[in-house]
Formats: sequence, structure tokens, C-alpha cells
Amino acid sequence: MADWEIRIADWWRGGLACAAAMVVAGTRNALLDARGVQRALQRMAKEIVQFAEGTDRLVLVGIHRRGPELTQRLARLIEAEEGGSVPWGTLDITLYRDDVGTIGPRPVVGETHLPENLDGRCVVIVDDVLYTGRTVRAALDEITDFGRPARIGLCALIDRAGRELPIQADIVGKTVRAYPGDRVDVFLQEVDGRDAVELVRGEGGGGR
Amino acid sequence: MTERFLGKDLLGLEPLTADQIRFILDTAEPFKEVSERTIKKVPTLRGKTIVNLFFEASTRTRISFEFAEKRLSADTVNVAAAGSSVEKGETLVDTARNLEAMRIDMVVMRHPSSGAAQFLADRIRSNVVNAGDGTHEHPTQGLLDLLTLRDKFGRIEGLKVCICGDILHSRVARSNIWGLLKLGAEVAVCGPASLLPLGIEALGVTVFRRIEDAVQWADALNVLRLQLERMHAGFLPSLREYNRVFGVTVERLEKAPRDLVVLHPGPMNRGVEIDSRVADGPHSVILDQVTNGVAVRMAVLYLLAGGRPEMAEAAKGRAGEASE
Repeated sequence: MADWEIRIADWWRGGLACAAAMVVAGTRNALLDARGVQRALQRMAKEIVQFAEGTDRLVLVGIHRRGPELTQRLARLIEAEEGGSVPWGTLDITLYRDDVGTIGPRPVVGETHLPENLDGRCVVIVDDVLYTGRTVRAALDEITDFGRPARIGLCALIDRAGRELPIQADIVGKTVRAYPGDRVDVFLQEVDGRDAVELVRGEGGGGR
Repeated sequence: MTERFLGKDLLGLEPLTADQIRFILDTAEPFKEVSERTIKKVPTLRGKTIVNLFFEASTRTRISFEFAEKRLSADTVNVAAAGSSVEKGETLVDTARNLEAMRIDMVVMRHPSSGAAQFLADRIRSNVVNAGDGTHEHPTQGLLDLLTLRDKFGRIEGLKVCICGDILHSRVARSNIWGLLKLGAEVAVCGPASLLPLGIEALGVTVFRRIEDAVQWADALNVLRLQLERMHAGFLPSLREYNRVFGVTVERLEKAPRDLVVLHPGPMNRGVEIDSRVADGPHSVILDQVTNGVAVRMAVLYLLAGGRPEMAEAAKGRAGEASE
């Protein structure tokens, strides 16, 4: 075959392979709709208060990204139920990752703002998806640099399989069966204009 | 194949794009907060070894780099030309190759010759950060000046900045001119004719011969140090005359149509290029510059250390929760 013929054949085959993959991979399944997210957060708010035995010592800490928005909502729900104000902060764990050499070409470092001295407080870490556990590992390291909380808990909207570290959540919105390569997308009103959680099927469990 | 965002080295602001400069400034923002913590340390560069190679006197820049490195948990070694084998006649390349043989990751270098940083970067595999090379560039100083201006005015675009004093010998002036022009500021220089490079207008800057005109025009003045150590050829009649004609004084600033912001890269010759009442007064952001210097240098070290494409490829196979 001539050079140009080979190129066209390659292009055609590539196109077919892509089309075939799209049927299986990339399928979206709704896990939670707006009402579902709201109900999950309401229940989580109650469980957080139970976990912290009231709100006196409670501090909520949201991990970027989506964590801060979830945290703010949980804080409002708790305040509506219990009265008073619940201190909350945000945490960016980029600088505590265990893979600095492998950060992408455009690593975005977010801001960390913790409300006050964490000594003796009951800190609840809030994240959108609990997956490998590496983010939480980094968050634990960062929090201990800010003080010595009496207790640290973990609260995740979605808990999915795939842990690489011995870490588990204390409070979970929804547990999801997902295979390696699948992706869980969390959409929030404040960032994305709608509340939803969706599962995106990956390619045959092979990872990315 | 993904390219490293900043490339291997930071040699100057001239080769960078506006996008790259803006990204470094944005990355510096969160690093400011790290220096406000009780424990001023994050584990980001743990296990990395950085050599600070200073062939020229420096206090502020060296200490600022060292703080930046230590707050990122890197291991650092300081080598000063005095007291090292440089005094025994070792060449720059041999010094660097020997250091590299000890498995270092980065070199921060200040050198009296223009182009020394490029020369080194072409010959070693470690990242090279230029901490000032002769009269060529001092990129981190340019970046921290940009960050300070952006903090103060909320933008760089459209800002009128006049760089005053010894432009001829100043690498700070060159880095500032490149950085400011790329980000869309208007730039002017002001100084005695003997200290202005010929043809500087070709860079796209306005030239003021009188400091009074510069004060009328500018939003901010970046007052440079008279580099007395580089002046052996009678550039100026006397320091007192320089102060009388070009010194930035309260009286001159009061004639400005708007509140001017005054920067100075340090060390200051008080009473020569800048009056003490200006340096310590409300116009001055000189100490903000020093604070921002640490944050900018942390951002540069972080961006150079990360983003290695070959490593990023390898990491893709792993589940990366932290990246989502």
C-alpha cells in the first residue's frame, strides 16, 4: 500500500475503535439527583452532630475541590438544627501530596484557611468522593501541622471502592459500587449550576 | 506528550509568555499563607536537594531563597564563592558538575557575568534558577515586584510604572521591563543619561529625563539602587548631586496627581536614590516586596520541581484521587 493509503486506513480504524469504545465507556448513570443530594446532606448533618457529641467543639474542614461547598451547606444545616454557629474552614492538600514529581504541567494550588486553633477540637473532614484515601492521608498530615485536635472524623458524600490506604469514612452519603477506571462526578449548584452525582463507566475496568 | 509548564529552568522573564508569568503569580498566592502558619513548613519538596551557589554578595535574595526552600522541606546547601574551591581557580562548569555528581536536584545561582545561568543550565541536568546574572536578569525579583503591584492595584494591565535610577547596570530593571510589558503595563525609565542604556526606547519604554515628569505620569515608581560597586568610570559627578536631581523625596511625591506606590528592590542607599521619609512612609511597599519574595520563590521552586512529563505519564496508570 502507498503511504497515504496506510494513513487513511489507520484513520478509519481509529475512528471505528473510538465509536465502539463510546458505547461502553462514557455511559453516565445518575446516582443522586438534586433531591437525593439534599436528603443525603440532611442525614449527614445529623450524624456529624452525633459524632461530635454536640456542636461545642465541632470544626468542619472541607477539602478542595467541592469539599468547601459541601462543608458550607452542612454547616448551615447544622446551624438551622442546633442554633449557634459552626466554624468551618477549607484545606488544599496539594502541597502535602506524595507525588510532587508527577504533578501535571499546570498544577493549581488552592488556598487553605482554617478557622482557629484546632487544639482539643473535634474536626470533621468533608470530601466529595472517598476513593484511594490518599487525599485524606494528606489532609490528616496537614491538619496536624495546625494543631492537635481531640478527634478527627471523616465525612464523604460518596464512598466508592478502590482504597489504597487503610482509611474509612465515619459518615457517608451514599456507598457506590464502582470498578477501577470508572469515574464518579459530583456536581454542585455553587460550582456547576446543579446538584447531582453521576457514575461514568470507564473502559472495561482497565484504569486510565 | 505534555510539556513542562515552565521548562527545566527559570533564567529570565524574557523567554516566558504572559500566561506563564500570570500562572507563577497565581501559584504564589496560596504560598503566602504557608508563611503565616505557626508551623511554617509543608512537605512538598521533601527529599529534594537544592544548592544555593552565590558568586556575588547577597543577603535578601539568598535568605529569601533559603526560607522558600526550607518552608517546602527541601534540603539546602549554601556555597559562597569566597572560601570555596572557586578561589582555587575551579571553573563554573567544574563546580556545577561536581555538585551534580553528589546528586542534587536544583541549583539557585547568582553570578557576576551576564548569561552565566544559561551557560550552566545548558550543561547540567538539574533545574537552574537564576538569582541574578550580571546585568542580564533577576527573574524572581521581577516576579515579586509584579506580585506586589498586583496586590496593591488589583491588576497589572494598563498600570503606569516608572523604573528610576541606574538602568544601565540593573538586571532588576530588565526583568521588570519584560514582565511588565508582557502583562500589558506601560513602562517608563528615568535616570541620568549616563545610566540609561542607548536605544532603550526600542524595548517599548518611555524615557523621562526629569524625575518630576515621571512623578506626574506614573502610578508606581520602582526605585533602583545605585550600584556603586559596578561604577568605576565616573558615571555621576557626586552622590549628593544625584540625590538633589533624581532622589525620590516626600516633596516630589506630594506633587503627584495621584497616590504613588514606591518600590525598591533593596538594599537601599538611604539619602541617595530614596529618602528615609519615603522608604518608611505610607507610599512604600518595600517590606511587602520582601514578604512576597518568599512566596514567589516557593512557587517557582514548586513549579520547577513538579510537572515532569515522564513522571506524569507513569503516574497515570495509578488511581489518582488527589487529582480529581
